[in-house]
Amino acid sequence: MIAFIIRRLLQSILVMLTVALVAFALFRFVGDPIASMVGQETTLAERAELRDALGLNDPFVVQFFTFVSRALVGDFGISYRLQQPVMELILSRLPATLELALVSGILAFVLGVGFGVYTALRRGGWLSSSIMTVSLIGVSLPTFLIGVLLIWVFAVELQWLPSFGRGDVVDLGGWWRTGLLTESGRASLVLPAITLGLYQMTLIMRLVRAEMLEVLRTDYIKFARARGLTNRAVNFGHALKNTLVPVITITGLQLGSIIAFAIITETVFQWPGVGALFINSVRFVDVPVMAAYLMLIALVFVVINLIVDLLYYVVDPRLRMDRTTAGH
Amino acid sequence: MTTPPLLSVRDLVVEFPTRRGTLRAIDKVSFDIAEGEVLGMVGESGAGKSLIGAAIIGLLEPPGRIAGGEILLRGERIDSLAAEPMRRIRGKRIGMVFQDPLTSLNPLYTVAEQLIETIRTHIDCNDREARERAVALLDRVGIPAAARRINDYPHHFSGGMRQRVVIALALAAEPELVIADEPTTALDVSVQAQIIDVLKEICAERGASVMLITHDMGVIAETADRVAVLYAGRLAEIGPVRDVIQHAEHPYTQGLMGSIPTLTQTSSRLVQIPGSMPRLDAIPQGCAFNPRCPHAMERCRRDRPGLLPRGADREVACWLYEAAEEEVRHG
Ligand SMILES: Nc1ncnc2c1ncn2[C@@H]1O[C@H](COP(=O)(O)OP(=O)(O)O)[C@@H](O)[C@H]1O
Ligand code: SF4
Ligand SMILES: [Mg+2]
Repeated sequence: MIAFIIRRLLQSILVMLTVALVAFALFRFVGDPIASMVGQETTLAERAELRDALGLNDPFVVQFFTFVSRALVGDFGISYRLQQPVMELILSRLPATLELALVSGILAFVLGVGFGVYTALRRGGWLSSSIMTVSLIGVSLPTFLIGVLLIWVFAVELQWLPSFGRGDVVDLGGWWRTGLLTESGRASLVLPAITLGLYQMTLIMRLVRAEMLEVLRTDYIKFARARGLTNRAVNFGHALKNTLVPVITITGLQLGSIIAFAIITETVFQWPGVGALFINSVRFVDVPVMAAYLMLIALVFVVINLIVDLLYYVVDPRLRMDRTTAGH
Repeated sequence: MTTPPLLSVRDLVVEFPTRRGTLRAIDKVSFDIAEGEVLGMVGESGAGKSLIGAAIIGLLEPPGRIAGGEILLRGERIDSLAAEPMRRIRGKRIGMVFQDPLTSLNPLYTVAEQLIETIRTHIDCNDREARERAVALLDRVGIPAAARRINDYPHHFSGGMRQRVVIALALAAEPELVIADEPTTALDVSVQAQIIDVLKEICAERGASVMLITHDMGVIAETADRVAVLYAGRLAEIGPVRDVIQHAEHPYTQGLMGSIPTLTQTSSRLVQIPGSMPRLDAIPQGCAFNPRCPHAMERCRRDRPGLLPRGADREVACWLYEAAEEEVRHG
């Protein structure tokens, strides 16, 4: 168990270093940091001096080391565009994205598993077939189109829900502003959460359905039925548990992509999260923000991956090698 | 009135509707299993042995369905029961052991969890009582240190040990009939005999009858009281094991016996049956065995022979014996 965790941690560190390299490369190859920092009237000599002061003439390895050690303490420099520390910017935007992603993720998981199990158990029923057909739309329509359609129907035509922004927010302890505690905040969350979660939901649903059908065909399910266990015990006690083992991995990773894909949804709904921040920083070649965002997303993926692996380990006894007493 | 046999299968027909017509996989099969009796069911792969087992326990997989005949348990029809009463019979009155112990157990639950769940489904008792029963059962099927091993997951056991666990599970609610579908085919040869012994002993102890499905005549010879020979979904012959092995009457059975050298040391030559069993969509008219039969007659290609009684306790589906009977009668 310990060895397993250490191995996974080392892998994670390796991944983060690779991403850091890419992020660092942005500084060197996208735009000229000096040009972004100084005014028109700065002399060449002054620029060279600044370059030296910033360590831009140091060897590559030294510069990369400086970048990584600063990143470790959350120092990604100052945003070219907003002249604010990048970390501060990101932290102020992060709650909006995390709340959106979490609500979408829960929505996708609960509905995805529910529909998946239903359509597997009621294979061939008219409701199952309808759900499957509608889900096809979910996977084939691009996210921004779904967002625009939802805005058109629920915000413009029916005027039930707001089409942009986050509504009123409440400050929690000075570092987390939540929209979940106000009515307008919750109303504003509905359309973006559906937009962001729909694709993942259909994916999870199809995965659960396929996996469940597979499990229902296994010998141990046949044997469970042959022992006279009730349908409920067989379907939910035995089949569902086995279905969820592989589903956990993929669903966990989906949460990572939900945060990453939030870029599109945040743009469509003008949601004030890190995704929107990233899009704007790309437009203005605000390299420090871009680099920090890249590292943030990578960190999210790595952490989720780690949690999923551990969860997998907890759920599936076959992976708990330390207990192996296999005998003959 | 005589007491009805424990299990009675009458003219069972199992069909699969397909786009190109209906396939008849089991065609008018009839046999009884008496209280405490071990009936061997033999036949080559695809003969329909597993389907008969599935039909009895009510777990035919759609689109397969019982299209005719009846199945009676102690004289009561069980083939037409609704889902819930049939579920109560499974495990409680009819137990089933499948072929592959490596895949028969749910990998995510301990042996204790699976046993206790099964016991408590059928027997009114609390968790502690169920656990005690479970440990005793595991001990009985020969799992060493049962009280400790019961908390292990299936993957902690070897194939032979897992099949013992499967037997314990099948017998957990003390069924009157156990259907064992090739219980040793997937096992290492070295443990096959032990598993058969455990199964046989335990069932004998409890007075449970057994339908032992296998294509291993050796196992049948050592274990079964009577044997039924299945060919292309039809019974070819049924009778006491000794008689059928020593004096097979149906030409197909004779061929089968011929392929087991140890049992036919009296006959100097090995009988080989040319050809192979027909597919379900190409079963010949008349006797299903006629294209391969060395004794096939005109009539065999036209009419299907039914099971003809041969003495007190044997039946054989072959025109040769009707002719013989007639000859005896006329001569
Ligand atoms: N779903 C199905 N559709 C069509 N035919 C089937 C189906 N399942 C089984 N069969 C046929 O039923 C016959 C008997 O199968 P089975 O009982 O498994 O044979 P055995 O156990 O004797 O090897 C086989 O010929 C097989 O092709
Ligand atoms: S009925 Fe005819 S074809 Fe069939 S086994 Fe008997 S002799 Fe052979
Ligand atoms: Mg079979």
